[in-house]
Amino acid sequence: MIKNNKDPKIIIGSSFKFGDDISTDLIAPGRLFHLRSNLPELAKHVLEDADPGFAKKIKPGDFVVGGRNFGLGSSREHAPLIMKIAGVGAVLAKSFARIFFRNSINVGLPVLICDTDKIDSRDILEIDLKKGIINNKTKNLKLKFNPLPEVMIKILNDGGLASHITRNKGFNL
Amino acid sequence: MNKTISEKIISKHAGRELKAGDIAVVDVDVVMSQDGTGPLAVSQIKKMGFNKVKNPSKSIFFIDHAAPSPRSELSNSHIVLREFASQTGAVVSDVGEGVCHQILVESYTCPGDIIIGGDSHTCTSGALGAFATGMGSTDIAVGYALAKTWLMVPQTIRVNFNRRINKGVFAKDLIIYLIGKITSDGATYKALEFGGEVGNRLSMDDRFTISNMTVEAGAKTGIFPSDDITKEYLKSQRRQDCYKEISADKGAKYEKIIDIDCSVIEPMVCQPHTVDNALPVSSLEKIMVNQIFIGTCTNGRFSDLKIAADILKDKKVASGVRLIVVPASKDIYLEALKEGVLETLINSGAAVQSPGCGPCVGVHQGILGDGEVCLSTQNRNFKGRMGNPKSFIYLSSPATAALSAVKGYIADPREVLG
Repeated sequence: MIKNNKDPKIIIGSSFKFGDDISTDLIAPGRLFHLRSNLPELAKHVLEDADPGFAKKIKPGDFVVGGRNFGLGSSREHAPLIMKIAGVGAVLAKSFARIFFRNSINVGLPVLICDTDKIDSRDILEIDLKKGIINNKTKNLKLKFNPLPEVMIKILNDGGLASHITRNKGFNL
Repeated sequence: MNKTISEKIISKHAGRELKAGDIAVVDVDVVMSQDGTGPLAVSQIKKMGFNKVKNPSKSIFFIDHAAPSPRSELSNSHIVLREFASQTGAVVSDVGEGVCHQILVESYTCPGDIIIGGDSHTCTSGALGAFATGMGSTDIAVGYALAKTWLMVPQTIRVNFNRRINKGVFAKDLIIYLIGKITSDGATYKALEFGGEVGNRLSMDDRFTISNMTVEAGAKTGIFPSDDITKEYLKSQRRQDCYKEISADKGAKYEKIIDIDCSVIEPMVCQPHTVDNALPVSSLEKIMVNQIFIGTCTNGRFSDLKIAADILKDKKVASGVRLIVVPASKDIYLEALKEGVLETLINSGAAVQSPGCGPCVGVHQGILGDGEVCLSTQNRNFKGRMGNPKSFIYLSSPATAALSAVKGYIADPREVLG
């Protein structure tokens, strides 16, 4: 396992590459609907219909790298939640579906928009969340990602939406 | 400032003037979730330390996705929702009532409302002139607790359905055609606003179908202005009091205007495994089917069941094909029963099930086998959607589905409706 840097804003891991249009049905399938009340169990199946055995292959902090329109479909928050429980450090994609993107921030899973054509499976990435830089160490290549909207940074910094609301006794955006 | 419908509704609910791109905390009128997303919302409400919902009569938990429950784990999740609702005074719409989006438009949604739902197809309510959008369980939990949410005012794409619709072509074909054209992320983060001479004359059922599928292009919502057709519909639901006129200002700023000549649109299908993989039925090779499903929040309304019954009258479902029919709500079920529509469908060989989501979500009532092909009137055909990643889902209008049930392969309804 590659150890994460001590600075929490810098995360290091290996890339697992997926294609375009990875739906929430592929991340958290409807056939496992009954496991939504048992998230650690559901997390063992994360993304298995897109990459069988995925949950066993990844190590904590590794990255899911998609193409265009990542997370389209159902509003199920279980999708980003079980990715986080399975140990995914961040999701990188060329673009995200709206609800998945918002859910990811709410549960505290970093979602980064960048040119993922420059990343292959198993590339080692070092990501500086604060500076917005992805260092592809395998390819010796630096990529930039778009900064999050201000409100989302506030929610993420508060540890997700539930903590934001508890801490501020309501919205403070 | 000349505003789009979204800008108007969100400004009103924020108490200040807003334009596309602005971010605001807004009041919400209706908050809902279903049995797949509600239990997590309940646990988030408790985690935040709330023991009440702000507006109980407009906080709804729908039990529709796995209803009646096929497994004890899901039955236990249903208990969580019923207990929480009984403690807080929130509403439960239980087994047999129907799909959340259909019950919302029948009994809750008013023009000008902001509605947030723990289900991506919450955009269906946009057909009545509401700003309605899907969110995840934590956003919904906050909505239940505070009757507030935060929103970015979306840019709007205006879609004009123009000219005329050909026989055998339905609202489902229009929206599939549009999604095929703009693709599955063509409207991400944006509102779609509908009009045009065809769009303005569409029935409420047709508008529901179109608004329902706008999320399949990534849209945040899909809105029709309210008009006499909206007013008549609300009257038929004994809710005329909540009618409001909602329309965009002349000169409102659109990111883009898409003009669609409906006269060139043929009956359409979405091929596996994405909704934007759209083609006219006429261009398909002979695709044999194992299962046909007519129902859902997209196309489980009375007019959908009626056109299917008209096509299936005195005919039999092809041998080796199973036809599953699920009315979207109890009222639709009763109307179809009273009008003889269910009798016709059952006589043709259909298996009619109780109101709810049916097999659309892959939990029960018609899970596909390995290698099987289903033609469905639902809104999504993602790999694994109907409970088996080794199966194949095509999407179409109820007319195309009904004729295909008779033929045993995906067939062009203009053969019988042209």
